[in-house]
Parts: sequence; C-alpha cells; structure tokens
Amino acid sequence: MSEIHMLTMPKWGLSMKEGKVNEWLKGVGDPIEVGEEIVEVESEKIAGAVEASVAGVLRRQTASDEDVLPVGGLLGVVADAEVADADIDAAVEAFLASFVPPSDDDEDSGPTPEKIEVAGRRIRFLKQGDGGEPLILVHGFGGDLNNWLFNQEALSSKRAVYALDLPGHGESSKDVGEGTLESLADTLLAFMDTVGIDSAHLAGHSMGGAVCLQLAAKAPARVGSLVLICSAGLGEEINGAYIDGFVAAQDRRSLKPLLAELFADTSLVTRQLVDDMLKYKRLEGVGTALDKLAGTMFADGRQQTLLTGVPQGLGKPVLVIWGEQDRIIPASHAPEAAGLVRVEVLAGQGHMAQMEAAGDINRLIEGFLE
Amino acid sequence: MARKITYQQAINEALDQEMARDQTVIVMGEDNAGGAGSPGEDDAWGGVLGVTKGLFHKHPGRVLDTPISESGFIGAAVGAACNGMRPVAELMFVDFMGVCFDQIFNQAAKFKYMFGGKAETPVVIRTMYGAGFRAAAQHSQCLYNIFTHIPGLKVVVPSNPYDAKGLLIQSIRDNDPVIFMEHKVLYTMEGEVPEEVYTVPFGEAAVVREGDDVTIVAIGRMVSFAQEAAASLQKKGIHCEIIDPRTTSPLDEDTILESVENTGRLVVVDESNPRCSMASDIAGLVAQKAFGALKAPIEQVTAPHVPVPFTDALEDLYIPNAAAIEAAVTRVKEYR
Amino acid sequence: MSETLNRESLLEAYRTMRTIREFEERVHNDFATGEIPGFVHLYAGEEASATGVCMHLTGDDYIASTHRGHGHCIAKGVDPVGMMAEIWGKATGTCKGKGGSMHIADLEVGMLGANGIVGGGGPLICGTALASKIRGDRTVGVCFFGDGASNQGTIFEAMNLATVWNLPAIFVAENNGYAEATSSTFSVACDNIADRASAFGMPGVIVDGFDFFAVHEAAGEAIRRARDGGGPTLIEMKLSRYYGHFEGDQQTYRAPGEVQKLRETKDCLLQFRKRVTANGEITGEQLDAIDAEVKAMIDGSVVKAKADPKPAAADLMTDVYVSY
Repeated sequence: MSEIHMLTMPKWGLSMKEGKVNEWLKGVGDPIEVGEEIVEVESEKIAGAVEASVAGVLRRQTASDEDVLPVGGLLGVVADAEVADADIDAAVEAFLASFVPPSDDDEDSGPTPEKIEVAGRRIRFLKQGDGGEPLILVHGFGGDLNNWLFNQEALSSKRAVYALDLPGHGESSKDVGEGTLESLADTLLAFMDTVGIDSAHLAGHSMGGAVCLQLAAKAPARVGSLVLICSAGLGEEINGAYIDGFVAAQDRRSLKPLLAELFADTSLVTRQLVDDMLKYKRLEGVGTALDKLAGTMFADGRQQTLLTGVPQGLGKPVLVIWGEQDRIIPASHAPEAAGLVRVEVLAGQGHMAQMEAAGDINRLIEGFLE
Repeated sequence: MARKITYQQAINEALDQEMARDQTVIVMGEDNAGGAGSPGEDDAWGGVLGVTKGLFHKHPGRVLDTPISESGFIGAAVGAACNGMRPVAELMFVDFMGVCFDQIFNQAAKFKYMFGGKAETPVVIRTMYGAGFRAAAQHSQCLYNIFTHIPGLKVVVPSNPYDAKGLLIQSIRDNDPVIFMEHKVLYTMEGEVPEEVYTVPFGEAAVVREGDDVTIVAIGRMVSFAQEAAASLQKKGIHCEIIDPRTTSPLDEDTILESVENTGRLVVVDESNPRCSMASDIAGLVAQKAFGALKAPIEQVTAPHVPVPFTDALEDLYIPNAAAIEAAVTRVKEYR
Repeated sequence: MSETLNRESLLEAYRTMRTIREFEERVHNDFATGEIPGFVHLYAGEEASATGVCMHLTGDDYIASTHRGHGHCIAKGVDPVGMMAEIWGKATGTCKGKGGSMHIADLEVGMLGANGIVGGGGPLICGTALASKIRGDRTVGVCFFGDGASNQGTIFEAMNLATVWNLPAIFVAENNGYAEATSSTFSVACDNIADRASAFGMPGVIVDGFDFFAVHEAAGEAIRRARDGGGPTLIEMKLSRYYGHFEGDQQTYRAPGEVQKLRETKDCLLQFRKRVTANGEITGEQLDAIDAEVKAMIDGSVVKAKADPKPAAADLMTDVYVSY
C-alpha cells in the first residue's frame, strides 16, 4: 500500500477526552502487521494498546512517552517503507494544521446511553450502529456496559450493537428480583421486546454468558447466534474467593487485589478502574443486589446452574472464547468444538479477555457473525 | 455519560434525597428557605448562596428558617438529634463558630462518651469555609483543624461534587455529630455525580493521582491546586501521588503512610493557618510513623499566620496555590 | 388546678423529694471523707422544684438540667443507685463512670443531662421540643437553669427561638439567690428573672420554689399549654440551696444563720408534711416509713457504689466516635 496512515489517540468510552502515552511497543522503522499492538496509552479510566488497523512500517512517533494528547491527537504514522519522508512530513504537517481537539462542548455528541423502563425496572443501554441483525452485549457479575468499551464501536460498522446494564448493575435499577439466571434472562428478553428486537446475536461475558445461554434455552427463536466469552454456566467451578471478596470489598485496599484477578496483565487495574468500581459498589442497593445474585448463582463457590447442553443443542452457531489464564472461570469449561460450536482459547489472556485482547476478540466476533 | 452537576447541586441533591427517604431529616439555618414572616416570596433565598433552594416546598415543614441566633439553633439541632431527628443545621460561615462553639464541642461532641455510650447525636452541621471571595477575616477562615482536634466530632471536607454528595448522605446517616465543611469557591465546580443515592465512607482517603516521586496530601479546595501542580510537574518528569483525606476526622492514616513509604517525600497542602493545622498534624504523623522512609524534609504549603486579608492583592497572596505546591514538590524532589 | 393530687401522687411526690434530700445529704457527708472524686454541687433545699415539675412529665418528655442536677435526675426517673455509682466513679454508674456528678444523663427516661456548661441546656431543649412539635406527639421539653444561667446568651437565644418556633418548651429558672458566690441581686439586672419573659413573648410566672403545691400547679398549667400547642412559658422558682455552690464552699458570702433559718421555716419537706398530714389524709407514720425506706435504699446505693468496680483501662477508648 502507499497510503499514509495516521495513528491517533483512540476514544475509549464516552467520557474520554484525552489520553497519556504510556509506552511505545514498536520503534520507528519496525514493520507492523494488522492487529499488532503499537503503543500503550492510558485514559483516566483504563490503559490499553492501540492496535494497527493497516500493515506497514512505523515511520514516525509524533508523541513521546508520558505525553498527554486529546482524543484524535496524532500519535504516529504508519506507512509503507517506500513512502518518501517528505510526503510523510507533509502529511503530518497537514494533519496538525487541520486538527481541532474536541472541546468540552462536544461531550454530548455521539451516542449516549439511554434509560428505559423494562418490566418495571430501569434499564440503561447504549446503542451503536444501525441495521443488520442486532448484536446484544451482556456483561458479567459486577460489570456494566462499559465492559464493552473496546468492542462495541468496532463491532457496530455492519449492525446495531446494544450493550446494556443488567439489573443490579451500572445505572440500571438495583432490584434484581429473584436474582436468578432465569430472572436475568427474562429481563434481557423483556429488554428485546421493549426496544423491538425480534432476534439478535447475543454475546455474553462471564455471568452474562450464562444469561445468554439461559435465554437461548428458553427462547431459541429469538437468538441468531451466541458468543460466549469466559462464560459461566458451562461448569461447576468458579473462583469463590473472588466472588465473595468482590461482594464484601468496601475499600480500595481490599478491592484492588481482587480486580487484579480479572486481568492477565494486572497493570491494567488502574487507580481509576478501582475507583470506578468503588463508585458502583457504593450505590444504594448494589450491596444487596450482588449479595443476592452471588447467593443464588455462585453459593459455596460453585456455579449453581449448569447449561452445558445448550451450546450443542441449540442448533445455532455458537462461538466460545476463553482466556487461557482465566482465574475466575477455568478455560477447561469450554465445550468441545463440534458441529456449530466453535471454540477459541486465547493464550496469555485472562478473564477480561474482551478488554485485554479487544482486537483479537473483535476480529473473532466479526468473522463469526459474517 | 455520567451526569455532571455542581458541588452546590450535589449538596442540594443529597439533602433532597435523604429528606425524601427519611422523614426525620430536617434542615435548619439562617435563610435556609428565606422570607419567613415576610410579605414577599417564601423560599426567597434557599440559603445565603442558594444551596438549599427548593427544599422548602418539596419537604413541607422540614426546612426551618431560624433567627440569627447560632447558639440557639445549632443547640436546637443537637437537642433534636437526641430526640429522634436527623437535623442538618447550616452554620452559614464557619467563622461564626465563635458564637456557638459550646453547643458543638461541649454538648454534641461529648454526649456519647460523657453519658457512657448511651446517647446518639446524629446531627450534621454544614458550614461554609475558605478564602477567595474577598470576604475578609471574619468570613473566610479555614477552621476544620479546630473541629478535628475535638474527640467526638467527625469532620468532612469534600473536594469535589461526587464526594460532596456521597459524604453528605453518609453524614446524615451517621449517628454521630458531623461537621461538613463546604468550600465556598467550590460551589460552582462541576463533576460527574450519579443520580442514584450512594454513600462515601468516612476515614477512606481518595488517591486522586498515582505517582512514585512525591506524595502530596491536599485537603478541600487544595486538591484542585495539587492536581494542577502535578500535571505541570509530570511534564518535568516528576510523578506526584495526590491523596485527598476527604475526612480529617477520622483520618485515613494508612493511605498516607503507605504512599510515603513508596515515595519517601511528602508535601502537605492545607488552606489553614500553619500552627496546629492539618498540615502540621499530618507532617507529625508521617515524621513519627514513616520516618525511615523519608528521603527529604516534609514541606507544608499553608496560608501564612495572618488573618485573611480583604483586598485581592493580598488575599491572592494569602491562599496557597499551584505554583507554591510545585515549588515545594520540586524542593523535596531535589533534596539530597 | 385541674388535676387534683390524689393520695398516691402525694406519697410519690414526698418519696421523690425525700430521695433527693437523702441522696444529697449522703453525698455531702461522704464527700467530706475525701472518697468521692472531683466536685459535686448539691440540690438540697430545692427539691420541690424538680419534683413539682417532673410529676407532670412522662418518660417521653425531655428535661435539660444543670451542674446542680442530681435532683432533676431523680425526679425524672434516673435510678439513684446508678447515680451514686456514677458519682463514685464506678463502671456501674449511669454513665459508666465517664460523666460524673455534673454530667449524669439517661436519655431512656428523657433526662438530657446535667450540664457542666451554665446555660448549655436552653438550646438543647429547644431541639427536643422541635422534634416533639414536628412529630406532633404532644411531648414537651423542660429546661432547668439557675439565676447564673439566666444571664447567659444561650438562654436568651433559646427563649427567643422557642417563641419564634412556638415550641412546647418550658423554661424553669431556679433562682437560688447565688451564682457561685455572687448574689442574683447583683448579677440579674431586673427585679425578677420572670420579668424577662415578656421580652421573649411568653408568659412569665413567679413561684415559691419551696412550696411543692405552688410549683406543681404553675408547672402543670405551663406544661398543659405547651402540650396544647400554646408555646413556651418561663417559670421563676424563688428558692435556695442548703449547701455551698460546690462541696467545700464555706459560703462566707451568705448571711449568718441564713440557711438555718430557711431549713426551719421554709423547708419544702417540712411544709409538705405539715400540709398533707393536717387533714389526716396521710399520716406522719406513713411519711416516716417512706423516710426509712429511702434511707435504706440510699445506704444500699452507697454500699454498692463503694464495692462496685471502677472502669477497666480499655474503657478509656470506648464510646467515642473516632478513636486512634
């Protein structure tokens, strides 16, 4: 290719306005493959790597380690080796001349989460993209729609993608009803009814995977396909110490080591990530909700509801993805790949694979849905 | 996107939500509604700066205007707390503690201990503090240190809208007397605040920024200045950790000590006058309990030992600022 | 007065006054031995005031008291045995030995505390009365204070606030003639403390504080008015204390024979006994029997207080909101 590709500060999450360059993972002159991590940047919420969307050579690093750039600001340039330096310099100059950093007034631009009434509960969701058979992203225990920060937009180029907060989570109502998989799946189904989705692809992470399995078992006609990431419901084991500790943790000191269990790279557990989780945990009703969900679904450190027959029995395509080093639910729970069931185990990844290996997972899902 | 509101709105919302939840929560103070007994509007002011505006009509009979009679109504709040209410009394400016301190430190603060643990006094005293309004010596002081000295009082000093709401709800639910310090300059500060009800626990400092070089402990409005200084210092390669104690009583000693164990360098930023201040208290704490970790003398960035002056030329010199913090951090970082 | 005092009420009133007297006389005697720590301010002589007022109150009503608070405590229903232990500094005391004579409180019975700060109780009782008013439960608050406190700004503020908010609060000024060693004729600028009531828009009443029946009647009217939403009243009890400001006070500021004369001519217990036995409704023997029972009870409280344990070292750090 002869194109000059501008590598810019990504926007992770709606509130991100700027990011800090943590570390360049590639040097100037290094060849770059699609999907390779080039530079690690950090928003106030989370750290992550910027991956290459094109192949070429890293020709420029226009930002240095520790630099703070607005979203869209120029990090570097990727281009073929043949492109002349003068052309690259001209392109950089032109970019910088025309670049306008987002102002505070732009906050409301772009998609924002909505809140709707679903079967008597307030449910928050974010919709990105339009058309196609919709994809619904369902987070896990203690998570929220922001767990799909690195995925939702990437997956929304060909279809509408919904991410929602389950009851008891995020900014949805903290009333979890019976607090069972059935009740969560019923809410998800009611959500589909409310927003007018007949059938959708469902992608669930962890407990959210089990919710999707439960829904698929109950209403297979509403499901186009299933993506299960580090999913619950496929085996008895679960890290009970994590669940109990997470429910009990009230301060930074006790919460931080627990959150580290979720990631393969524990440096991703930033101060802000811990603070955000604490902010969620302090909301009225969250303690009761988590306690109830944990008590119904994960009592005594065992998963109480097994849906192991669903993937093979569904008769729909199922993609199972697991982080090999998942310390919450072991990758050994992944079913056998057979028939319509496809299994991908990602080496070096942990429980929050959709965040840590966002590029890989996005590509897997995109490919699977096609 | 989480909703953004001001520090002042966050306080109003906390009061509103708690008054709706609990009928024993009452609000009282000078012109907390405004217009009592007057021919014109009621709820005319909603507090001298409008912090309690609107509560009067939402919660009939539970927002009380008082005479300018601080001993009388602060004491009444304490007495009502002993008789089943959860009063939130507003002492308009903390400087006015001079005319009602007995009811706070000899009465409210003492009851539980002095009565052998048998009394609960769930009263909150909200009060405005701090310089920056050209309000001069009797309306600008930063006196949380005096309350912090008194066993039996809890002292809360929120530095941002999120903490203001969560800490105020916690204060109202707490069974002990709480002094809730609101910096008047922060009232217009905006920040993300959940619409839902939540509490922020006492005695748990916030780590506002992580860094390995120098620990900055900053209180109230000073947290913003510390952040400003830290952002500037980062460009010079100095990484500051900023700790906001959020409550000066109880004080989260562990978070401060852990940070200093890591950085070995400490700057304490406190808007109070220097002697017997939170700055000197925290410096003393660290000197005593983390002496071995220290690589440089502790710096205290405080107001000077003078009353708050009126004119801008002097008041601006009086208030600790980001430049002073940056200079102090640089000194402790370069100390050999 | 609407409610007549029946025989049982009279016996109860006598028992309360006698209990206060016996308690105070006993503390007076024991204090002289040096065994009681700190200092105590005795209520002996003023019994009719606390008793006549508190007989109109239930456990849901509140009183605020003064540093001379033993009588108010007993009249409001605080257990004298616990009080004695408190004064002796024992773990079994009303306040676990942490409050002492000047700070005996028992919120369970509506006793908001003896108060070491002169005038401290006025604003507090406005608060309990405010809570009563908001709840609409017809309970009231009574603030006892002395002639010394009558000159404190807190009392002025409290009386003003009580009228402004129309609170069910009663202010009982116990004018015993002396604030410490200073005569009220010197320190109080007007003739009567009750005269100040008009300045705060409330009725002011002067009562002979040695006369239980006068106290009972005046307090009854004020308390009834407060319960009915009629607002606060100031009652000035003219009375005297038999002992010094605190134990050890030689009272050289008093006229020679002043106390002795009061004891012989005005004493509330003597007056009460004379009046109730005059028509034969109650006999002297019945009152003597009460005297004996009360004495035995107070004796027992002292024996127990002496034997009871002091608080443990660990108790130093408990019951405080924040400890390090």
